[in-house]
Amino acid sequence: MEAVRFENVKYSYRGDEAFAVNGVSLSIEEGQFVAVLGRNGSGKSTLAKLINALLEPTSGRVTVFGMDTLDAKKTFEIRKSAGMVFQNPDNQTVASVVEDDIAFGPENIGVPREEIGRRIEFALDAVGMQAFRKATPSRLSGGQKQRVAIAGVLAILPRILILDESTAMLDPKGRREVMEVVKKLNREQKMTVLLITHFMDEALEAERAVVMHRGEVVMDGAPEEIFARSDELESYNLTLPRAAAVCKRLQREGMPVGNAFTAEELAEVLCASLQRG
Amino acid sequence: MRIVAKGLTYTYDPKSPFAAQALKGVDLTIEEGEFFGIIGHTGSGKSTFVQHLNALIRLTGGALKVGDYDLSDKKCRFIELRGKVGMVFQYPEYQLFAETVEKDVAFGLKNFRKGMREEEISAAVQEALETVGLNYAAVKDASPFELSGGQKRRVAIAGVIVTRPEVLILDEPAAGLDPLGKQELMQLLHSIHGSWCKTVIIVSHDMDEIAENCTRAAVFSEGRIAMEGTPAEIFRRADELLALGLDVPTTAKCAMLLRGRGIDIDTDFTCEDFAEKVLALWRAKEGGDA
Amino acid sequence: MLNDVTFGQYYPAKSFVHNMDARAKIVFVIAYIVAIFLADNFYAMAAVVLFLALAVLFSRVPFGRVLRSVKMILFVIVFTAVLNLFFSSVGEDAHVIWEWGILSLSWESIVNMIFLALRLFLLVMGTAVLTLTTTPVELTDGIESLLTPLKWVRFPVHELALIMSIALRFIPTLVDETNRIISAQKARGADFETGGLIRRAKAMIPVLIPLLVSAFRRAEELGDAMDARCYSGSKGRTKYKKLVFTWRDLVGLFVLAALITGVALLNHYLGGKFDILAYFF
Repeated sequence: MEAVRFENVKYSYRGDEAFAVNGVSLSIEEGQFVAVLGRNGSGKSTLAKLINALLEPTSGRVTVFGMDTLDAKKTFEIRKSAGMVFQNPDNQTVASVVEDDIAFGPENIGVPREEIGRRIEFALDAVGMQAFRKATPSRLSGGQKQRVAIAGVLAILPRILILDESTAMLDPKGRREVMEVVKKLNREQKMTVLLITHFMDEALEAERAVVMHRGEVVMDGAPEEIFARSDELESYNLTLPRAAAVCKRLQREGMPVGNAFTAEELAEVLCASLQRG
Repeated sequence: MRIVAKGLTYTYDPKSPFAAQALKGVDLTIEEGEFFGIIGHTGSGKSTFVQHLNALIRLTGGALKVGDYDLSDKKCRFIELRGKVGMVFQYPEYQLFAETVEKDVAFGLKNFRKGMREEEISAAVQEALETVGLNYAAVKDASPFELSGGQKRRVAIAGVIVTRPEVLILDEPAAGLDPLGKQELMQLLHSIHGSWCKTVIIVSHDMDEIAENCTRAAVFSEGRIAMEGTPAEIFRRADELLALGLDVPTTAKCAMLLRGRGIDIDTDFTCEDFAEKVLALWRAKEGGDA
Repeated sequence: MLNDVTFGQYYPAKSFVHNMDARAKIVFVIAYIVAIFLADNFYAMAAVVLFLALAVLFSRVPFGRVLRSVKMILFVIVFTAVLNLFFSSVGEDAHVIWEWGILSLSWESIVNMIFLALRLFLLVMGTAVLTLTTTPVELTDGIESLLTPLKWVRFPVHELALIMSIALRFIPTLVDETNRIISAQKARGADFETGGLIRRAKAMIPVLIPLLVSAFRRAEELGDAMDARCYSGSKGRTKYKKLVFTWRDLVGLFVLAALITGVALLNHYLGGKFDILAYFF
């Protein structure tokens, strides 16, 4: 089933400015894990906010499971199906106790009390934060705060999870924690994931990568495929993962090595060509 | 200025139920002229340590000397010291406040060099802004809040280097920037290191960043120094770093894996240097084969 | 400056008083305050003191920690007490010690002063026990619950409670941020410690402006995050947390009833506060 559909969507923040999103057409299938890459200001966050009706397209159409985001009567249904986690881990919690914060979403949509309890249980399990049920968010680490934010979204039982640069402000450990949770949700709950990021290595975890540049989708395909087109990628001011950059350099010098994107893969291909024969 | 710390300890909120010992005896010497890296998890004590260097946190245990300033001496001229040890905090763009870029950058100058003439001030501001890669004429009268994120950060850095501190400390200077923005910022720091500030100290989570840029580094863990040395010395102990839950630069990790499989290659950091080493090995092998 | 990131004075511990329902504790404190002002002789006052001592004992908060809350307003207590000492009118048949114009000192006014100081002291100590044993969140929930009847007159109880809850949630974040900005500006040579009042106020501008800008930015992001989580006011909203009355609260309320009755009886049978002077004159 098609989860999200953009039909020639344009959006500008103020009527007179350049389009932040400029003629995007895109279709995302349910269960897909899509990474959206691009420099700061390339329009990737605007794209995310158009999905759950936080922004309405200036022209074109955005639909979520067939529901048009311009249809005011569907706004809540859309937000229930497409949950969104934001960048700053400090600006998303409303309560001073983790479980109260997770309850916020379900309370808003009128879920009965006993059911809210079950959903908190489920959401805390999904992000591995059971031990912090009674903790104060402001005393948690960045990665833990973002996991609480994800739990808060999961409690409204969305089918799409949008992460709008949710790892940008985290340390490597926090990023790993969040990525683990997201991967697990995609794998086990068949959650559709839209990961907006400028960390190239995170895009490798996705099955599909979309590159945005000046409000347009300029590349779309499997991450390995995108990284193989390195010159094109560099023309959009994006850098290759380091392992891929090493490979590219070796290939240019005429050394026969395959492509690699992580340290492990690089060691693998180097071994293969250095120990051959 | 040489920085010498001996047995530094520090506890937040002592005697309360929230008391937390952030430093448990840190010995560290940073020589003048180094591009020094400080590595560690959030809460490892690294931020507490660097805030001691310009007396934002007052010394409570141990000894610390920064150049000729003895921070254990109550009569130490702390304000003067702050003019010589500049500090750029994380997300420094959030500390901009003045109505124009020029006024914001001049703030530190007016605080540290009382009685400086207006022409001297604007000359210094112009030089600082141009050093961070901004066009003085174009931005000086703009409101700092109208600039783009990357420009704001540059203005904030200009606001610290404008007093020409001998030591420049930056906490996660590239946080939140995209990969190209990070590269540009590190280039900027190198140009400052060569000309404006003798010593540059960066606190970073990004191991690739430390490996590629620093002359020496220290790894903080639980309020102590777990490792210290050149990046090559530190990242050769990749397995220990991984055990501490820290990352290892891509090339160092690859080198570690290759050594494990019988290929003798030294740890190196920039993609270019590492590729050169691999090429040398390959050419030697090809030559041997031929 | 602003070192303690924990807002309020909550003292984490597991105790009988900590575990009581916040609403019960609020009612409790109100009744306790009534008792303080009702008590009109030393016996009744002793009963209130005894009650307070028990509350502190069962709260497991170190006595010194409770006492510290009084320290902050010690000046106010001393000041009002001294004023009261010289300016209180105690009637014609007072045992005057010293007199000069409108100023007079009598044994009666000394008794008055003791009562006043004692009342203020007990008032602060009692509310301190409440804030030391109840998290700000529980307090907010308690107040919201107790105010619920006002919904009938269209008072926005839910919105008020949400505002309080968000404010409480963001105080530690903003305190952290303020500390960070202060440090950053100090690193740029800002001086917050010297100079007169006006200079110091001016020195705060480089802190206040970034703080305001940041607060607005946070508010905007929080608004988006709340929208994304389907917030649309109190209509059709359910509530997860229910405050529950337990046996502790019942025991507490019995003790409370005993206190009020005790104070009333002691007042009635053992005379007024000046009776003590009869032993001396």
